[in-house]
Amino acid sequence: MAVNLVMPQLGETITEGTITKWLKKVGDWVDKYEPVVEVNTDKVDVEVPSPDAGYLREILVSEGMTVAVGEVLAVLEEAEAGAEKEAPVGVAPPPAAEAPTATRARATPRVRKFARDHGVDLARVSGSGPGGRITEEDVQAYLSTWQPPRPAPAAPEAIGPEQEAEVIPISPVRRTIAQRMAQSAFSAPHAWLSMEADVSSLVRLRDGMKEEFRRREGVDLTYVPFVIKAATEALREHPFLNSAWSEEGIVLKRRIHIGVAVGVQEGLVVPVIRDADQLSISGLTHAVQKLTDRARAGRLSLEDVQGGTFTVNNTGAFGSLVSMPIINPGQAAIVSMEAIVKKPVVVGDGIAIRHTLNLCLSFDHRVLDGSAAGGFLQSMKKRLEAMGPDMSLY
Amino acid sequence: MVVVKESPGALGLTEGDLIEMYHKVVLSRALSARMWILNRMGRAPFAITGDGHEVAQVASAFTLKPGKDWVVPYYRDMGVVLTVGMTPREVMLGFLAKAADPSSGGRQMPSHFGHAGLRIVTGSSPVATQIPHAVGIALASKLRGEKDATIVYFGDGATSKGDFHEALNFAGVHSLPVVFFCENNGYAISVPVKKQMAIAQVSQRAAGYGFPGVTVDGNDALGVCAASKEALERARGGEGPTLIEAVVQRLVPHSSDDDQRRYRSQEEIDAGKLADPVPRFKAYLEKEGLLTAERNEEINKRVAKEVDDATDFAEKSPYPEPEEALTRVYGSVEG
Amino acid sequence: MATKTVIEALRDALHQEMQRDERVLVMGEDVEEGGVFRVTEGFLTDFGPGRIIDAPLAESLIVGAAIGAAINGMRPVAEIQFADFIHPAMDQIISEAARMRYRSNGAFTCPMVIRAPSGGGIHGALYHSQNVEAFFAHVPGLKVVAPSTPYDCAGLLKAAIRDDDPVLFFEHKKTYRLIKGEVPEEDYVLPIGKAAVVRPGKDLSIFTYGLAVHQCLEAAEAVAQEVSVEVVDLRTLAPLDKEAILGSVGKTGKVLIVHEDNLTGGIGGEVAAIIAEEAFDYLDGPVLRLAMPDVPAVPYSPPLEERCLLNPEKIVAAIRKLAGY
Repeated sequence: MAVNLVMPQLGETITEGTITKWLKKVGDWVDKYEPVVEVNTDKVDVEVPSPDAGYLREILVSEGMTVAVGEVLAVLEEAEAGAEKEAPVGVAPPPAAEAPTATRARATPRVRKFARDHGVDLARVSGSGPGGRITEEDVQAYLSTWQPPRPAPAAPEAIGPEQEAEVIPISPVRRTIAQRMAQSAFSAPHAWLSMEADVSSLVRLRDGMKEEFRRREGVDLTYVPFVIKAATEALREHPFLNSAWSEEGIVLKRRIHIGVAVGVQEGLVVPVIRDADQLSISGLTHAVQKLTDRARAGRLSLEDVQGGTFTVNNTGAFGSLVSMPIINPGQAAIVSMEAIVKKPVVVGDGIAIRHTLNLCLSFDHRVLDGSAAGGFLQSMKKRLEAMGPDMSLY
Repeated sequence: MVVVKESPGALGLTEGDLIEMYHKVVLSRALSARMWILNRMGRAPFAITGDGHEVAQVASAFTLKPGKDWVVPYYRDMGVVLTVGMTPREVMLGFLAKAADPSSGGRQMPSHFGHAGLRIVTGSSPVATQIPHAVGIALASKLRGEKDATIVYFGDGATSKGDFHEALNFAGVHSLPVVFFCENNGYAISVPVKKQMAIAQVSQRAAGYGFPGVTVDGNDALGVCAASKEALERARGGEGPTLIEAVVQRLVPHSSDDDQRRYRSQEEIDAGKLADPVPRFKAYLEKEGLLTAERNEEINKRVAKEVDDATDFAEKSPYPEPEEALTRVYGSVEG
Repeated sequence: MATKTVIEALRDALHQEMQRDERVLVMGEDVEEGGVFRVTEGFLTDFGPGRIIDAPLAESLIVGAAIGAAINGMRPVAEIQFADFIHPAMDQIISEAARMRYRSNGAFTCPMVIRAPSGGGIHGALYHSQNVEAFFAHVPGLKVVAPSTPYDCAGLLKAAIRDDDPVLFFEHKKTYRLIKGEVPEEDYVLPIGKAAVVRPGKDLSIFTYGLAVHQCLEAAEAVAQEVSVEVVDLRTLAPLDKEAILGSVGKTGKVLIVHEDNLTGGIGGEVAAIIAEEAFDYLDGPVLRLAMPDVPAVPYSPPLEERCLLNPEKIVAAIRKLAGY
């Protein structure tokens, strides 16, 4: 078995050596550790010993030649088998660092992250900060006023297979709505309960008051504030509906902030009436109107849409009779008020014509079960059924 | 120069002791030879040994109480650490930088000895930094009323460092139980001792710090033994420090990165070989009838086996894991 | 609870530790007569010459012998009279103490404390005013602590003494008698490596240590109507409390680092780098540093000294500049 005699590294910074004299010739026997060759380097002159016992089979570097450390100087034929040294494994050079892409700093990192998180392309935002820098407020303003681009009117042409569908770009708001809907739907196991309330008295109240109210308050009296009031009172009785699921525990919220779903051009926003339980019907009416106006004008602030603890959804406004709303993330339940319908119902053993209102409750089944949800809806129903012309609006 | 004419008996040394000292001397030389060979073969990047110092080292270390007295060596002190109790395997593990190296787990260069169990204190490369450590160790022993002594070894070059002077000064002021042992081989790499100091002997320095200094022939085993024994007894007896200067030869270059032929003439190098302490010690033992040809053969065989065993063992022993390089920076907070 | 000055807090804490653990000893120049700042006043009587040791005038030896004593089972507290005089001991601190555990693969350790008064503002000029913490914070194996209140000084000195690693303990000498605070009587230890939010805020974070903490608090109060400034006292310079630093940046987005040490190569650069690497997305402005200008040391004449050192006015100007970005 062949063994190599290599040029050793003789000193810290030595990289090469010169053969000055071979002390053995080809064919000679060499003992282990016996000096075989004299080598000269910058720092030292040495005799290099043999790594093993054997016959000197071949001399590869002659006297006077200079070779690098690690080069094979000679080959020995071992008398017995010996271990071969492992060739050093080459280390791949590290990948070249990616050249940094140049970006114009029109916004600080914090603002860029904010824009990123809300799906805003900074190139479309104008900056009001120093030097035209985009601030967080600028991005927020952009978010509330974004309009989807109107598709250019297409020249009439035959509809071919490529033109069977049109892709409408997704606005940042819709993207956010979509993300939050998906988050809620896929994380909270939704269960659903529905009850019918006889609101004939309430209808009488409202019909009787609506003109005077309009004159006095300057806003329309709708059924929404009444449903909100019933909801806030029922929430006081059934606090678990005013909560949220968290891994550390069910977060029971002490204050009641009612989100009211409002349809705007690019979708649904849910501004929040804070401490809704402290407001009268009139107060609630004004609050709802103010928020709706702001939402439709695109002037809702971040605070307006944050912090809701329970949501009331007026699906009845577009004629729905039954719906399964999706819970807002961070809450445990949402109730839809459906369209008020005048219809025959059984009263006692006879038939009467009544106004009925369906209440459809979706709830987070991690937090609530059917009986808790049912208790809550019962409470709402009872209160709505008790509202009548002798109720104060203030 | 003090020439000590002591008999082994007067020093409390038996025949067995002297033979054991000789064995350690031969072992130290043989391990050194193996280290140089491995270095010249390219199997170990660095070697630094104490050829020519062995008798002084072994003789002084023989008077210590291993594991009780504190030993603060420098990088030439293979003879000292072998005598105190480090094994050839442990020495070679350090030389080849393997994980099981008790001195440093392969972290330090060769011959930076350390062994907690034997109270051999870890050292560094800048010379003389260990001398204040030795003095602090001795201070702690004294404060606790313990009878352990501390011995610190260093070369002639170290005696120019501020740390040497500051430490001796402190030891003198506080009368500390420490022995300062200088192995004066006449060179600090290439700088001869007359450029290191303006006085003739290192031992003269002790007077400046208020305690005795003595120069002995480092090749005279009994002389070194006697001086060390006396110094250690002084220390243990509360009489304070001693500075011992052992005059030795450096038969090898400073290290594997040095070629002493650049600054020492061949005549000088040859003269040094003639003053080699190992054959001199051998001759003494033969003259006293303690070292027969048989015994000598036996010792040589034993040493050859120990060296081969240590080399094989260390070569087969694994290197430390790369991630070990990131450990032992800090310990934990005492509760 | 008692109200103490920084000096009183240090003295009492050191005294308590020496009573609690007989391995603790003090070594330094003039410590037997009480020390030039009176930290060891009365200790010689209480503990005897075996534990309060006057060293010769040799800083390298003070640290080197302390290392030896630590190797042999003691818990030495070495005192360097002024941080300005620590340089002769650099070799022993950096090559030896810091590496004892690492180089011996854990076989030997170095549980010692090196205390030194540092900082300027007492007309000490070039050689009695230096801040040297950056030299040591750079060395793995060392811990570097720089508390600035009596409560922190007491709790961290005890922690340093009980720590199994070498700890550099820098006391800003101007706080010695200037800063007073409540210190509990019972035994307590503060963790090394934890910063403290000494004034919470929303708009801007200041990271600082030493006397500058108090100057920053004064500045923050002065601008309280314009900017809500959070002041974080780093307390430990190595290891830095990354969690506290990043947490504060995440909250405010604006960072001002204030230290009395020179600007270039000071701890501020390290804190700024950590923030740039790990809190980039939370930055709402550049990371600014306010420090002593890059001059070799603090000069003596009052206008020169004032030009170089920090004061609340300079800090207020820096706060306003950053807040307005």
